[in-house]
Amino acid sequence: MLVNQFLFLGAILFCIGVYGVLARRNAVLVLMSIELILNSVNINLVAFGAMWHVTDPSNLSGQVFALFVIAIAAAEVGVGLAIVLMIYRNRQSIDINDVDLMKG
Amino acid sequence: MLALLVAQNIAFYIIAALIVVGAIRVVTCKNLMHAALYLVLVLAGVAAQYILLAAEFVAITQVLVYLGAIIVLFLFGIMLTRAKTGTDDNLNNSRGARGVAAIIGVLLAGVMGYALWDGFGKREFGDLLVQRTAEVSDSIFSTYLLPFEVISVLLLAALIGAIVLARRD
Repeated sequence: MLVNQFLFLGAILFCIGVYGVLARRNAVLVLMSIELILNSVNINLVAFGAMWHVTDPSNLSGQVFALFVIAIAAAEVGVGLAIVLMIYRNRQSIDINDVDLMKG
Repeated sequence: MLALLVAQNIAFYIIAALIVVGAIRVVTCKNLMHAALYLVLVLAGVAAQYILLAAEFVAITQVLVYLGAIIVLFLFGIMLTRAKTGTDDNLNNSRGARGVAAIIGVLLAGVMGYALWDGFGKREFGDLLVQRTAEVSDSIFSTYLLPFEVISVLLLAALIGAIVLARRD
Protein backbone atom coordinates (compact mmCIF):
# COMPACT_ATOMS: atom_id res chain seq x y z
CA MET A 1 0.00 0.00 0.00
CA LEU A 2 1.17 3.51 -0.73
CA VAL A 3 1.38 6.04 2.09
CA ASN A 4 -0.29 8.50 -0.23
CA GLN A 5 -3.51 6.46 -0.43
CA PHE A 6 -4.24 7.27 3.19
CA LEU A 7 -2.94 10.82 2.99
CA PHE A 8 -5.19 11.58 -0.01
CA LEU A 9 -8.17 10.07 1.79
CA GLY A 10 -7.41 12.34 4.74
CA ALA A 11 -7.07 15.38 2.48
CA ILE A 12 -10.40 14.70 0.72
CA LEU A 13 -12.17 14.15 4.04
CA PHE A 14 -10.66 17.41 5.35
CA CYS A 15 -11.91 19.38 2.33
CA ILE A 16 -15.41 17.92 2.65
CA GLY A 17 -15.36 18.94 6.31
CA VAL A 18 -14.26 22.49 5.44
CA TYR A 19 -17.08 22.71 2.89
CA GLY A 20 -19.53 21.55 5.55
CA VAL A 21 -18.35 24.12 8.08
CA LEU A 22 -18.71 26.92 5.53
CA ALA A 23 -21.92 25.83 3.80
CA ARG A 24 -24.11 24.74 6.70
CA ARG A 25 -25.94 27.12 8.98
CA ASN A 26 -27.30 24.66 11.51
CA ALA A 27 -24.92 24.64 14.48
CA VAL A 28 -25.18 20.87 15.09
CA LEU A 29 -24.26 20.18 11.45
CA VAL A 30 -21.25 22.51 11.75
CA LEU A 31 -20.10 20.48 14.76
CA MET A 32 -20.50 17.29 12.70
CA SER A 33 -18.34 18.78 9.93
CA ILE A 34 -15.69 19.58 12.55
CA GLU A 35 -15.78 15.89 13.49
CA LEU A 36 -15.02 15.05 9.84
CA ILE A 37 -12.00 17.37 9.93
CA LEU A 38 -10.69 15.84 13.17
CA ASN A 39 -11.09 12.34 11.73
CA SER A 40 -9.12 13.27 8.62
CA VAL A 41 -6.30 14.50 10.85
CA ASN A 42 -6.44 11.22 12.77
CA ILE A 43 -6.12 9.20 9.55
CA ASN A 44 -2.97 11.18 8.74
CA LEU A 45 -1.52 10.69 12.22
CA VAL A 46 -2.12 6.94 12.22
CA ALA A 47 -0.75 6.57 8.67
CA PHE A 48 2.45 8.43 9.56
CA GLY A 49 2.66 6.45 12.80
CA ALA A 50 2.46 3.18 10.86
CA MET A 51 5.07 4.47 8.41
CA TRP A 52 7.56 5.24 11.21
CA HIS A 53 6.72 2.07 13.09
CA VAL A 54 8.09 0.02 10.17
CA THR A 55 11.52 1.63 10.44
CA ASP A 56 11.56 2.09 14.23
CA PRO A 57 9.31 -0.44 16.03
CA SER A 58 9.57 1.35 19.38
CA ASN A 59 8.09 4.58 17.97
CA LEU A 60 4.30 4.77 18.38
CA SER A 61 3.87 8.54 18.58
CA GLY A 62 1.33 8.61 15.71
CA GLN A 63 -1.13 6.40 17.53
CA VAL A 64 -0.63 8.20 20.85
CA PHE A 65 -1.35 11.55 19.23
CA ALA A 66 -4.41 10.10 17.49
CA LEU A 67 -5.70 9.00 20.90
CA PHE A 68 -5.12 12.51 22.26
CA VAL A 69 -7.05 13.98 19.33
CA ILE A 70 -9.95 11.60 20.01
CA ALA A 71 -10.02 12.67 23.68
CA ILE A 72 -9.98 16.35 22.77
CA ALA A 73 -12.71 15.78 20.16
CA ALA A 74 -14.91 14.25 22.85
CA ALA A 75 -14.36 17.28 25.10
CA GLU A 76 -15.03 19.64 22.18
CA VAL A 77 -18.33 17.97 21.26
CA GLY A 78 -19.48 18.00 24.87
CA VAL A 79 -18.85 21.71 25.37
CA GLY A 80 -19.99 22.57 21.82
CA LEU A 81 -23.35 20.85 22.19
CA ALA A 82 -23.85 22.46 25.62
CA ILE A 83 -23.27 25.87 24.00
CA VAL A 84 -25.66 25.02 21.14
CA LEU A 85 -28.26 23.97 23.70
CA MET A 86 -27.87 27.31 25.51
CA ILE A 87 -28.27 29.22 22.25
CA TYR A 88 -31.40 27.21 21.47
CA ARG A 89 -32.82 27.84 24.92
CA ASN A 90 -32.25 31.60 24.64
CA ARG A 91 -33.30 32.16 21.01
CA GLN A 92 -35.42 29.12 20.00
CA SER A 93 -33.15 28.62 16.98
CA ILE A 94 -29.68 27.25 16.29
CA ASP A 95 -29.24 29.10 13.01
CA ILE A 96 -25.66 30.39 13.08
CA ASN A 97 -26.64 33.46 11.03
CA ASP A 98 -28.96 34.56 13.84
CA VAL A 99 -26.12 34.60 16.39
CA ASP A 100 -24.84 38.06 15.45
CA LEU A 101 -25.03 39.91 18.75
CA MET A 102 -21.36 40.95 18.52
CA LYS A 103 -21.65 42.30 14.96
CA GLY A 104 -21.10 46.06 14.83
CA MET B 1 2.37 -11.62 0.25
CA LEU B 2 1.27 -10.15 -3.08
CA ALA B 3 -2.23 -11.60 -2.70
CA LEU B 4 -2.47 -9.99 0.74
CA LEU B 5 -1.39 -6.63 -0.68
CA VAL B 6 -4.00 -6.84 -3.44
CA ALA B 7 -6.67 -7.72 -0.88
CA GLN B 8 -5.58 -4.79 1.31
CA ASN B 9 -5.76 -2.41 -1.64
CA ILE B 10 -9.22 -3.59 -2.68
CA ALA B 11 -10.46 -3.26 0.90
CA PHE B 12 -8.92 0.20 1.14
CA TYR B 13 -10.63 1.50 -2.00
CA ILE B 14 -14.04 0.06 -1.11
CA ILE B 15 -13.91 1.56 2.40
CA ALA B 16 -12.51 4.86 1.10
CA ALA B 17 -15.38 5.14 -1.42
CA LEU B 18 -17.89 4.50 1.38
CA ILE B 19 -16.20 7.15 3.56
CA VAL B 20 -16.18 9.81 0.84
CA VAL B 21 -19.79 9.18 -0.22
CA GLY B 22 -20.91 9.19 3.43
CA ALA B 23 -19.00 12.40 4.17
CA ILE B 24 -20.51 14.14 1.15
CA ARG B 25 -23.96 13.05 2.31
CA VAL B 26 -23.19 14.39 5.81
CA VAL B 27 -22.52 17.87 4.44
CA THR B 28 -25.29 17.95 1.79
CA CYS B 29 -28.17 15.92 3.28
CA LYS B 30 -31.45 17.77 3.91
CA ASN B 31 -32.42 15.70 6.94
CA LEU B 32 -30.54 16.25 10.21
CA MET B 33 -31.13 12.72 11.47
CA HIS B 34 -29.89 11.20 8.20
CA ALA B 35 -26.77 13.37 8.38
CA ALA B 36 -26.01 11.93 11.84
CA LEU B 37 -26.52 8.37 10.54
CA TYR B 38 -24.21 9.01 7.57
CA LEU B 39 -21.66 10.28 10.09
CA VAL B 40 -21.86 6.81 11.70
CA LEU B 41 -20.91 5.31 8.31
CA VAL B 42 -17.92 7.66 7.96
CA LEU B 43 -16.64 7.00 11.48
CA ALA B 44 -17.00 3.22 11.11
CA GLY B 45 -15.11 3.40 7.81
CA VAL B 46 -12.31 5.36 9.46
CA ALA B 47 -12.10 2.66 12.17
CA ALA B 48 -11.78 0.05 9.41
CA GLN B 49 -8.94 2.04 7.85
CA TYR B 50 -7.14 2.02 11.20
CA ILE B 51 -7.40 -1.78 11.20
CA LEU B 52 -5.90 -1.81 7.68
CA LEU B 53 -3.03 0.26 9.09
CA ALA B 54 -2.56 -2.38 11.84
CA ALA B 55 -3.44 0.16 14.56
CA GLU B 56 -5.82 -2.00 16.59
CA PHE B 57 -6.07 0.10 19.76
CA VAL B 58 -6.98 3.32 17.93
CA ALA B 59 -9.59 1.39 15.91
CA ILE B 60 -11.24 0.05 19.07
CA THR B 61 -11.09 3.49 20.70
CA GLN B 62 -12.65 5.04 17.60
CA VAL B 63 -15.58 2.61 17.80
CA LEU B 64 -16.03 3.08 21.55
CA VAL B 65 -15.66 6.85 21.75
CA TYR B 66 -17.03 8.05 18.41
CA LEU B 67 -19.67 5.47 17.54
CA GLY B 68 -20.58 4.83 21.15
CA ALA B 69 -20.48 8.22 22.79
CA ILE B 70 -20.16 11.12 20.35
CA ILE B 71 -22.91 9.96 17.96
CA VAL B 72 -25.28 9.54 20.91
CA LEU B 73 -24.38 13.08 22.02
CA PHE B 74 -25.15 14.35 18.51
CA LEU B 75 -28.49 12.53 18.41
CA PHE B 76 -29.37 14.05 21.79
CA GLY B 77 -28.35 17.47 20.50
CA ILE B 78 -30.51 17.08 17.40
CA MET B 79 -33.52 15.89 19.33
CA LEU B 80 -33.20 18.55 22.03
CA THR B 81 -32.90 21.42 19.56
CA ARG B 82 -35.67 20.45 17.16
CA ALA B 83 -39.27 19.70 17.86
CA LYS B 84 -39.98 17.54 14.80
CA THR B 85 -37.69 15.24 12.85
CA GLY B 86 -37.86 15.37 9.10
CA THR B 87 -36.52 17.39 6.21
CA ASP B 88 -35.70 21.01 6.81
CA ASP B 89 -34.87 23.58 4.15
CA ASN B 90 -33.18 25.87 6.64
CA LEU B 91 -29.97 23.86 7.08
CA ASN B 92 -27.80 25.41 4.37
CA ASN B 93 -26.45 28.84 3.64
CA SER B 94 -27.47 30.67 0.48
CA ARG B 95 -26.50 29.27 -2.90
CA GLY B 96 -23.74 31.86 -3.39
CA ALA B 97 -22.14 31.11 -0.01
CA ARG B 98 -22.25 27.39 -0.80
CA GLY B 99 -20.56 28.05 -4.14
CA VAL B 100 -17.75 29.95 -2.42
CA ALA B 101 -17.42 27.12 0.12
CA ALA B 102 -17.20 24.54 -2.69
CA ILE B 103 -14.54 26.61 -4.49
CA ILE B 104 -12.50 26.85 -1.26
CA GLY B 105 -12.84 23.10 -0.71
CA VAL B 106 -11.73 22.22 -4.25
CA LEU B 107 -8.80 24.67 -4.10
CA LEU B 108 -7.68 23.23 -0.76
CA ALA B 109 -7.94 19.71 -2.16
CA GLY B 110 -5.82 20.73 -5.15
CA VAL B 111 -3.11 22.37 -3.06
CA MET B 112 -2.96 19.52 -0.54
CA GLY B 113 -3.03 16.87 -3.26
CA TYR B 114 -0.13 18.53 -5.07
CA ALA B 115 1.88 18.91 -1.85
CA LEU B 116 1.29 15.29 -0.84
CA TRP B 117 2.18 13.95 -4.28
CA ASP B 118 5.28 16.13 -4.31
CA GLY B 119 6.33 15.01 -0.84
CA PHE B 120 5.55 11.30 -0.76
CA GLY B 121 5.04 10.24 -4.38
CA LYS B 122 4.96 6.46 -4.56
CA ARG B 123 6.43 5.77 -1.14
CA GLU B 124 5.37 2.35 0.17
CA PHE B 125 4.62 1.35 3.75
CA GLY B 126 6.69 -1.82 3.52
CA ASP B 127 5.60 -4.71 5.74
CA LEU B 128 3.25 -3.22 8.33
CA LEU B 129 3.84 -4.63 11.80
CA VAL B 130 0.93 -4.89 14.22
CA GLN B 131 1.21 -2.01 16.66
CA ARG B 132 0.28 -3.79 19.84
CA THR B 133 -1.83 -2.25 22.58
CA ALA B 134 0.89 -3.06 25.14
CA GLU B 135 3.41 -1.01 23.13
CA VAL B 136 0.94 1.89 22.86
CA SER B 137 0.39 1.88 26.61
CA ASP B 138 4.16 1.71 27.22
CA SER B 139 4.53 4.78 25.02
CA ILE B 140 1.69 6.69 26.71
CA PHE B 141 2.85 5.94 30.25
CA SER B 142 6.52 6.70 29.68
CA THR B 143 7.21 9.30 26.97
CA TYR B 144 3.77 10.95 26.94
CA LEU B 145 2.86 10.71 30.62
CA LEU B 146 2.59 14.47 31.20
CA PRO B 147 0.39 15.21 28.15
CA PHE B 148 -1.81 12.26 29.17
CA GLU B 149 -2.37 13.74 32.62
CA VAL B 150 -3.03 17.18 31.14
CA ILE B 151 -5.63 15.65 28.80
CA SER B 152 -7.40 13.97 31.69
CA VAL B 153 -7.62 17.31 33.52
CA LEU B 154 -8.86 18.93 30.30
CA LEU B 155 -11.60 16.28 29.95
CA LEU B 156 -12.67 16.86 33.54
CA ALA B 157 -12.79 20.63 33.00
CA ALA B 158 -14.79 20.19 29.77
CA LEU B 159 -17.24 17.87 31.54
CA ILE B 160 -17.81 20.31 34.39
CA GLY B 161 -18.12 23.15 31.89
CA ALA B 162 -20.70 21.25 29.83
CA ILE B 163 -22.75 20.46 32.95
CA VAL B 164 -22.64 24.09 34.12
CA LEU B 165 -23.63 25.37 30.67
CA ALA B 166 -26.47 22.92 30.05
CA ARG B 167 -27.93 23.00 33.55
CA ARG B 168 -31.38 24.53 33.95
CA ASP B 169 -31.47 26.84 36.91
